[in-house]
Amino acid sequence: MPAEGHGHGHGHVHPVSFDPTATEPDHYDAAPTAGRAYRIGIGGPVGSGKTALTAALCRALGDELNLAVVTNDIYTTEDADFLRRAGVLDPARIEAVQTGACPHTAIRDDITANLDAVERLEEKFPGLDLVIIESGGDNLTAVFSRGLADSQIFVVDVAGGDKVPRKGGPGVTTADLLVINKIDIARLVGADMDVMTSDAHRMRGELPVITQSLVDTPDAPAVADWVRSLL
Amino acid sequence: MDLSALILADSRFPGGGHVHSGGLEEVVARKLVTSVRDLPGFLSGRLRTAGHLAAVFAAASAHAAVAGGNWSRLDSELDARTPSLAQREASRAQGRGTARAGRIAWPSPVLDALLAETPRPHHPIVLGALVGIAGGSPYDAAMAAAYLSVSGPASAAVRLLGLDPFAVNAVVARLDLAAVCAEAAAVAGDDPAALPSPGSPALDLFAEAHARHHEEEVRLFAS
Repeated sequence: MPAEGHGHGHGHVHPVSFDPTATEPDHYDAAPTAGRAYRIGIGGPVGSGKTALTAALCRALGDELNLAVVTNDIYTTEDADFLRRAGVLDPARIEAVQTGACPHTAIRDDITANLDAVERLEEKFPGLDLVIIESGGDNLTAVFSRGLADSQIFVVDVAGGDKVPRKGGPGVTTADLLVINKIDIARLVGADMDVMTSDAHRMRGELPVITQSLVDTPDAPAVADWVRSLL
Repeated sequence: MDLSALILADSRFPGGGHVHSGGLEEVVARKLVTSVRDLPGFLSGRLRTAGHLAAVFAAASAHAAVAGGNWSRLDSELDARTPSLAQREASRAQGRGTARAGRIAWPSPVLDALLAETPRPHHPIVLGALVGIAGGSPYDAAMAAAYLSVSGPASAAVRLLGLDPFAVNAVVARLDLAAVCAEAAAVAGDDPAALPSPGSPALDLFAEAHARHHEEEVRLFAS
């Protein structure tokens, strides 16, 4: 039988066999996430609000999804401790990994430690729907490997300067979602929100941008809806 | 040297090695290594003890991958020569990472058999097996293992102490890896129980101390 299709005598081929007794293997790859939890990476510069967003998503989604978190702390257990203290998730559902002083390496070039942590969580909590992997704070070029994260969120904040979206870099331009955080203090730090959002859309084309303040909306409803749309 | 050994020894190899400092983080925390002058002593000591042991088992494993061998026995003999639990865990974490990448790069029934017997293999054993599977020699495997035993701590020293990378690189270049690897390759076919067992009680104790500190305050490196 020709590999490219199945002729059946009337001048055309079907891409797949409609014969219910056909036994050849399925031509289509299984969905890459079949049989495992969906993995969302949250990256962005130091202090932009990655941990606060992670906590907000745990609050928003913890009751409806079987959820776990991997943190990539820089120097202390600060991020993991914050999440544990915040009481948003059973502490056993939070794993912290070390990054050998290179947070971007751990999420992009050599994802072994993070994959191990995800697999430990999947063994401990069978049937996990979602694992959030929070990167250590890094620079504008630090993005997740597609081998680790199925989708990724890049978080910047207004206090980092309203030129950040314009500066671009893979985080701003290629992340599946860009979040501009702390918009409640934009006026105080002299950040022009119109400039930030229009630059962000110009740099990202069709990719979505969400502006938010976790002071005004502590459960990050817009980002939580975006996450729901993926699952 | 076989390409497989170069790939496995490359710091760009995605096997999870970059999060291990081989005890360097602990000696830096204790101010036992503070400058590039202190590094040759630490690295040559590590090469002659932990490095030599890793080279011996990598060579033996490369031999076993071709000649046939008992993976469980090799595993338990290396376990017996690694008294620190923290070091055994660091070795198995890197072994699992190396197996994950190695399964895709060098798929083989020999590797499947190794992982069926020892699902979380020690790093030198899976590394040696991969070199043997790819067609490299026990000496090649020993060289990759010995080099990794010092390149990891050397890189950690650059990151933790901000040392001059050229000076650190020169320290590594002056280490006598060839002698260690020749000794390791010479005994690659011996019975696993008869293999040498060089050890460093100081490194063992530092590894344990580092693991305990982890519980109080996470460090940058897993070991």
